[in-house]
Amino acid sequence: MTDCLVVDDSRVIRKVARRILEGLGFAVSEAGDGSEALAECGRHMPGLVLLDWNMPVMNGLEFLQQLRASNGGDRPIVVFCTTENDLDHIQAALQAGADEYIMKPFDSEIIEAKLQSVGLL
Amino acid sequence: MSPGDFQFLADLLKLRSGLVLAADKGYLVESRLLPVARQRGLDGLAALVAGLRKRDEALTRAVVEAMTTNESFFFRDTTPFETFRSYVLPQLLASRAAARRIRIWSAAASTGQEPYSLAMLMAEEKARLAGWRVEIVGTDISAEVLTRARAGLYTQFEAQRGLPIKLLVKYFQKEGDQWRIAPELRAMVQFRELNLLEDFSALGRFDVVFCRNVLIYFDQATKSTVLDRIASRLPEDGMLLLGAAETVLGLTDRFRPVKDRRGLYETNRAKAA
Repeated sequence: MTDCLVVDDSRVIRKVARRILEGLGFAVSEAGDGSEALAECGRHMPGLVLLDWNMPVMNGLEFLQQLRASNGGDRPIVVFCTTENDLDHIQAALQAGADEYIMKPFDSEIIEAKLQSVGLL
Repeated sequence: MSPGDFQFLADLLKLRSGLVLAADKGYLVESRLLPVARQRGLDGLAALVAGLRKRDEALTRAVVEAMTTNESFFFRDTTPFETFRSYVLPQLLASRAAARRIRIWSAAASTGQEPYSLAMLMAEEKARLAGWRVEIVGTDISAEVLTRARAGLYTQFEAQRGLPIKLLVKYFQKEGDQWRIAPELRAMVQFRELNLLEDFSALGRFDVVFCRNVLIYFDQATKSTVLDRIASRLPEDGMLLLGAAETVLGLTDRFRPVKDRRGLYETNRAKAA
């Protein structure tokens, strides 16, 4: 079973994502911002990170840059999941090492299709 | 809907599109046809069927379109596209090396996601296809969905269903809240209105046919006829891709399954016309 870290400052989004991901067979943990997520990755590197962009303390892009520079941080599949839906943001995410990108609003089909395309399903 | 009206509708759909409307599909009829009735100011499904009984051609077309339109998304089911890229295309590159031309038919193109997925796949292979002419023909029974297919404009929701983000960035432009497929890919695909029950010899011949998730709506006899007629559009080494829930077995001997390639069928040379 792949473990997934859901990083989003919205408790509601985390709950929705958790329900979808658990339904797809993932073991889910949560973080409310990039800094919390980095600490979590330090304790245990997940196989998948579902990552919001705009969050307090540390945003998703900063988190991703620091994750990829960290020991073992090249391993997780990182899927952005954000309301930022312009090409500049998408390209910045890809450049920083994101594997996929979901533009909110999302549903279970979109998450499932994206995880298929990165080979996790 | 009264049993008489349901039967009339079922007979009409079978005749006009081949679609077999099972008795338990009442919910589908309501969800698809109530909007058509409302749009025309008709007071419910009984009034709509009354219009059909009077042979209102515009209404009949709208009803057939509404009942046969199916949702689609990019690279749907993934496997057929991977099969095409890794198994079918290398064979075509070898066998068509003299003519350097490949024709592909997407036989239920709907709003264009399947033929455009193929166009993207071919564009990704452009190094191997330099100097080749690739022609993709997308057909559908519904004029309305083809108008959308030709425009190549998708909502954000549609654009991310099945489409890897790197391909979205590479082959789409953002227009407001929507995404439009690049002109060079639109130029690779021709769309034509076509009812699979009618003669399609005018489309010419193809090397590969994608006919996925269409046959499931037909009865056995119609499936056999359509498969045989597709076979007649293919050369001796032609290939057919069907949906995961579809097969040729028991329907035609013009195709046979390719071993270990689920959904892929090759022309049965011994039975070729």
